[in-house]
Amino acid sequence: MSKKVKFTIDGNEISAEEGKNLLDVACENGYYIPALCHMKGHKPAGSCRLCNVKVNGRIMTACTTLVSEGMEVITEDEELAELRKTILEAMFVDGNHFCPACEKSGVCDLQALAYKHKIMSPKFKYEFSNKKVEAEVPKIMLEKNRCILCKKCIRAIKSKDGKNIFGFKARGKKLEITMDEELAAQMTDEDIQRAMDICPVGTIIKKEKGFKIPIGKRKYDKKPIGDNVEKHKEKEKD
Amino acid sequence: MSKPIVATTSLAGCFGCHMSLLDIDEKVLDLFKLVELNKSPLNDIKKFNKKCDVGIIEGGCANDENVHVLKDFRKNCNTLIALGSCAITGGLPALRNNIKLKECMEEAYINNITTKDNNKEEIIPCDKDIPKILDRIYPINEVVKIDYYIPGCPPRAKLIWLTLRALITGEEVDIPYEVIKYD
Ligand code: SF4
Ligand code: SF4
Repeated sequence: MSKKVKFTIDGNEISAEEGKNLLDVACENGYYIPALCHMKGHKPAGSCRLCNVKVNGRIMTACTTLVSEGMEVITEDEELAELRKTILEAMFVDGNHFCPACEKSGVCDLQALAYKHKIMSPKFKYEFSNKKVEAEVPKIMLEKNRCILCKKCIRAIKSKDGKNIFGFKARGKKLEITMDEELAAQMTDEDIQRAMDICPVGTIIKKEKGFKIPIGKRKYDKKPIGDNVEKHKEKEKD
Repeated sequence: MSKPIVATTSLAGCFGCHMSLLDIDEKVLDLFKLVELNKSPLNDIKKFNKKCDVGIIEGGCANDENVHVLKDFRKNCNTLIALGSCAITGGLPALRNNIKLKECMEEAYINNITTKDNNKEEIIPCDKDIPKILDRIYPINEVVKIDYYIPGCPPRAKLIWLTLRALITGEEVDIPYEVIKYD
């Protein structure tokens, strides 16, 4: 059996297996830490930087931090909120996030985090990104101008024989997501839905399926992202 | 104390934001108890006749007239509010931002199904009396300084009401989660 360690999150004592992922442990204990690239069970990518927390006073990403004895973790304060807001705003202007025209609006994690942080408008200028939309495959399309380069699709979606369907192309500012058209054409409806659900934004789109749920009934219309995690926290209290 | 003076306009917008403002229903009466309205499509005053406290702008800049009106608002209003997605991001009209202007005009006036057979001379309107269209849509904060932003397409009536009331009365406001929406 692995060793248990004791440490604190936001001042409350937590005990967990040594070496477990801090983001997962926090979540299991009812502390929601925002993240767009993390997937439980997958190697952390550490790319979105939204899960920044303070560990013993230092800011670091929770998804790449392992829990250890005596560490003091702060998941929320003014400085962290400001930092997360700035990262979110940068993501918004880097791509073309015209939510009213987006199939993912209302169920989009990026948008939901911006709502949670009460962002009224990004403080930066819009880039008006101009990457080509990949729409040649009959049932799936890639609107690359919304991609936040989280690599979730690359890491989690494979073909039947284990090949990558999604991948990155080019580097630096030109870096973009792309898909293998032949493999993408072989994806079943369920595969495509899974890929669309895994994508935290509206890049991977199942064709002809957008705008199905009426406004007011969508996942994040009434309840903020992370609410289900925080509820767990309340249950533990009583 | 005299009432704060408010002006409003719609640039490259669809008037949806103004409609949403009217969606505050009977609170419209409260609003007009609190403020005096100057230049606005709501009362059809065409020109500023006094200095205003608050200017509310719907829509982004699509043509030179939009730019002119926006600058006029900046000059005549102490505080400017960007109302809605089009004012903040360019919104739906900005979907043309990655398409060359020439291509857009040809599609609109020459190549599309309804004009194809009806515009044999391939005329693209360019009379000096019509506003000149810009190379792309400009979110209004790229043209003048904006003080406050109210997102939404259109912004929820409650969000508009809470923001305006807070601005006018100076009372702090806690905006509920469900009224901040980008669509
Ligand atoms: S991906 Fe999300 S944030 Fe971007 S336009 Fe779509 S709904 Fe809005
Ligand atoms: S397409 Fe979606 S899942 Fe894939 S890297 Fe881009 S944002 Fe992430």
